[in-house]
Amino acid sequence: MSRSGFKELAIAACLAILAGFVPLVFNNYWLSISVTAMMYIALCTSWVMFSGPTHYISLASGAFFGIGGYLVATGMSDYQMSFWLMAGISALVATILAGLIGAATLRLSGVYFVIFTLGLAEMIRNLVSWVQNNFLGSRGLYVLTDFTEAHIYWMLLVLAAAAYFLGWYINRSRLGFALRIIGNDETVARHVGINTATAKIVLFMTTGFFGALVGAVIAPRYSYIEPNQVFSPELSFMVVIMALLGGAGRLWGPIVGVIPFTLVWEYVSLQFPNQTTMFIGLIFLLIVFVLPNGIVGRLEQVAVKIRQGGH
Amino acid sequence: MDILVSGLLLAGTYALMALGLNLQYGVARIMNLANGEMLVLGALAAFWLYINAQVSPLLTVVMVGPIAFIGNWLIYRFLLVPLVKRSKNQGQLEVDSILATFGMSFFIVGIMVSIEGGFFAYKYLSETISILGSTSSLNRLAAFLLAVVIGGSLYLWLNRTRTGVAVRAVSVSTEAAGLVGIDVPKMSALAFALGGAVTSMGGSLISTFYTLDASVGVIFTMKALIIVIMGGVGDVRGTIVAAIILGIVETAVATLVDPGLTLASAYFIFLLILLFRPQGLFGRRTA
Amino acid sequence: MKRRTNLKLAAAAALALALPQVALAEDTLKLGIVAHKTGPLAGGEKVTQTPNVQLWIHEVNERGGLNVGGTQMKVELVEYDDKTNPGEHIKAANRLINQDNVHFIVAPYGTGFNIAAAPIYGKSGYPMVAVSAITDKVDELAERFPNLFFTLGTTTAFVEAVRDILVEQRDAGNIGNKVAMVNVADAFGIELADVARQAFTDAGFELVYDKSYPLGTPDLSPVMKGAKASAADAFIAWSYPPDSFGLAEQAIIEDLDVSIYYSAVATSFPAFFGAYGSKIDNVLGAGGTNVDDPKIAAYRQAHEEVTGATPDFWASANTYAALEVLGQAIEGAGTLDRNTVTQYIKDNSFDTIMGTLDFENNFSEKFWTVGQWQDGVFRGVKGVNVDGAVDVRLKDGWK
Repeated sequence: MSRSGFKELAIAACLAILAGFVPLVFNNYWLSISVTAMMYIALCTSWVMFSGPTHYISLASGAFFGIGGYLVATGMSDYQMSFWLMAGISALVATILAGLIGAATLRLSGVYFVIFTLGLAEMIRNLVSWVQNNFLGSRGLYVLTDFTEAHIYWMLLVLAAAAYFLGWYINRSRLGFALRIIGNDETVARHVGINTATAKIVLFMTTGFFGALVGAVIAPRYSYIEPNQVFSPELSFMVVIMALLGGAGRLWGPIVGVIPFTLVWEYVSLQFPNQTTMFIGLIFLLIVFVLPNGIVGRLEQVAVKIRQGGH
Repeated sequence: MDILVSGLLLAGTYALMALGLNLQYGVARIMNLANGEMLVLGALAAFWLYINAQVSPLLTVVMVGPIAFIGNWLIYRFLLVPLVKRSKNQGQLEVDSILATFGMSFFIVGIMVSIEGGFFAYKYLSETISILGSTSSLNRLAAFLLAVVIGGSLYLWLNRTRTGVAVRAVSVSTEAAGLVGIDVPKMSALAFALGGAVTSMGGSLISTFYTLDASVGVIFTMKALIIVIMGGVGDVRGTIVAAIILGIVETAVATLVDPGLTLASAYFIFLLILLFRPQGLFGRRTA
Repeated sequence: MKRRTNLKLAAAAALALALPQVALAEDTLKLGIVAHKTGPLAGGEKVTQTPNVQLWIHEVNERGGLNVGGTQMKVELVEYDDKTNPGEHIKAANRLINQDNVHFIVAPYGTGFNIAAAPIYGKSGYPMVAVSAITDKVDELAERFPNLFFTLGTTTAFVEAVRDILVEQRDAGNIGNKVAMVNVADAFGIELADVARQAFTDAGFELVYDKSYPLGTPDLSPVMKGAKASAADAFIAWSYPPDSFGLAEQAIIEDLDVSIYYSAVATSFPAFFGAYGSKIDNVLGAGGTNVDDPKIAAYRQAHEEVTGATPDFWASANTYAALEVLGQAIEGAGTLDRNTVTQYIKDNSFDTIMGTLDFENNFSEKFWTVGQWQDGVFRGVKGVNVDGAVDVRLKDGWK
């Protein structure tokens, strides 16, 4: 277990280094696909860290992402702050917020938790718009930096790698063990003396931290920030979908989920420019039926078969 | 008085959005993320028939009901039953139904865009009326009345008829219902189809006072999810009470405080209720 | 050399006649567009952008294509859907540039999308003649994105035109100085309201009602009831498409008694009149056009014949004019070299359906700001450097 854990980490590290060369090798087109993919890998990896072991599906990604994007935009556009400072502040704000949400939702389970996070994200979106309207009175939020797509890609890669490493580390720690027990049976977890509350809250805070940083990094890519757009509920859904497609049971699930899916999405956009949305819907349906446990499930099935075949 | 009247009328609209989803999620255990698209589909039918054939939206409502029922029954039977069968537990089914219905919502949006990519702009029954000294419009009143009729008959049906009680039994526990000889798959299909029909009929009527377009479904899905969860899954009363609370709170905040805070306050109330009643207003404690 | 070109042309023409569907690759000008076919901005794009692109390509190809340095090139459209998502938009823009190698592009619909796409297109020198992009930062943006041109005006211009109407009507003794103002709490709505708050107050108006409402508000009746209770003389709404409709609906229901009623985006849509008919007579809105101008009249007729849709009474004409600018610049520069074409746009003036357009610091200062529904036609009442503005009429009931 322990050795295979390190093997996994080594593979991930190699992949991350290889991924670092993407902007140098590919043209802008493939780079822009990679940026989108890397954004989802970072978001999904941090999502899986919490939701994978606990089985709590969170729809708050949009809120954290929005905090990152919005704070960077307001800070830079209206208060001439530096990008780095605002990114740091947004990460802090989102982490604290995630802590509060985590503490508030301890009693909630199942679908009630899912929709609570959705409602909360929507409330934040509306509150931010209201504050913007009544107190900040903006003349448009512009994030004009000299970052290129390659810079944004590398920043996202660092975030994704950091999330992965942290997830890997937590999995091996006492905290990870606690989380897995919570996921299997929360009552049992409590009985064996695991502080389920702290474990859940801490993990949720890391989700918030990474979500905000990804949002902050993406803001210069969008250049013009509309509160209603960065706090998009659709992003929350997409993160869940991508993570589930890969398989939420493994930390590397998002990687094997996001990459093929981004490519399929690209293929559909190319082939059916007038009916992209419809065909992507069809692909979703197809995946659900063909890959019952996500791509991870299928890969592990194949792995088992190979091993059995070898003997 | 304005707040009460406007609030209740809005509550009627909300009930139309959410009652169907409650049946689908409460009984058939399908978290239907295409709920909003079903609603917009009903709206598109009303708009299209009115513009192209001058069919009264009220007539469309009547026609949409059975068509949506059959359509949703087919969706459940052929698309969702395989997922229900293969899932070992509720969690698995939830994941699968989220993925499947999310795909379905994209698919329906795609179809609707190819029929009408712009706004469904038309007006019907927008005459001013006065209710207890408060002004409103006839189409909103019609939506309210339809909500009352649907809500009332659902309640009576679920409590007074054999089939209704069977459906309720399924919503409490699929296993126990199966043990006492209830045809669970059939009841689930019935509930899912009925839910879809209610949502689409609501959509046809709502389109007479909202200007919709093919892509707005997600807004309705979210609102419906909030209302269903706030009221408690699987209880018609809960959904209606939640719709009334949201309708009144939103109108009160818009009138007394600031219209800018309507939606924020609605979500706030929702969060508050869940904090104190983690199972929703009328929800059952599961574990 | 010249004869060879002519021969080639003749051959191409013969081929084109024989096989109208097949165009030779090298004689085709690929024009790219990333559209919002689904998502929040799809409804607006469908009214203002899509049919005009279709119309312009139809007209150009009808007359044999664009003359690029002696070669007649038919225009072929390469389009993608971004689902109104900036990330998808950037991806699709890169696809147009690097995979499809399109020669030129149509600027996207929406301020945010133009600014997000500007660096992507700018890197490869694509000129963007933006229409549906309104900002007060033209100078800063033009300096940063030399390829980005603005044609529809500035936030301040739109607000000041409304203020001017209010001032004129007050001076004429038609209204008092009480104004009710509402806005949608989203980027453009907030920006307009922010500018207007200052401008109206400076002009001595009293904002007796000044509230925002969130994007996607289901019920606007409390807003309208509040505005009505404020007993204002004028009602100004900085609104978006779905709520411009919703506000008009509520104003009719509440029988809002004001002499000036203004709602911003989408008031100029034919569907607005289609939905409310004579009830919204004398409603003011953003935009406007001069339907009596023969060029505009001919354009509107062609629009209906070719696309089957009625053009809106505002940015539709600008969108078509922006495409004319692009086409004339390509023909004028006589090359597909994008930097040359961009420079040509900066240096020359263009004869379009909107009249002569030229760009100073990437900004074309010729646009309508306020229009009014008068007997079923939305006519321009205020504009900058445009002819044919009619007098403002007072709103008198909602019959």
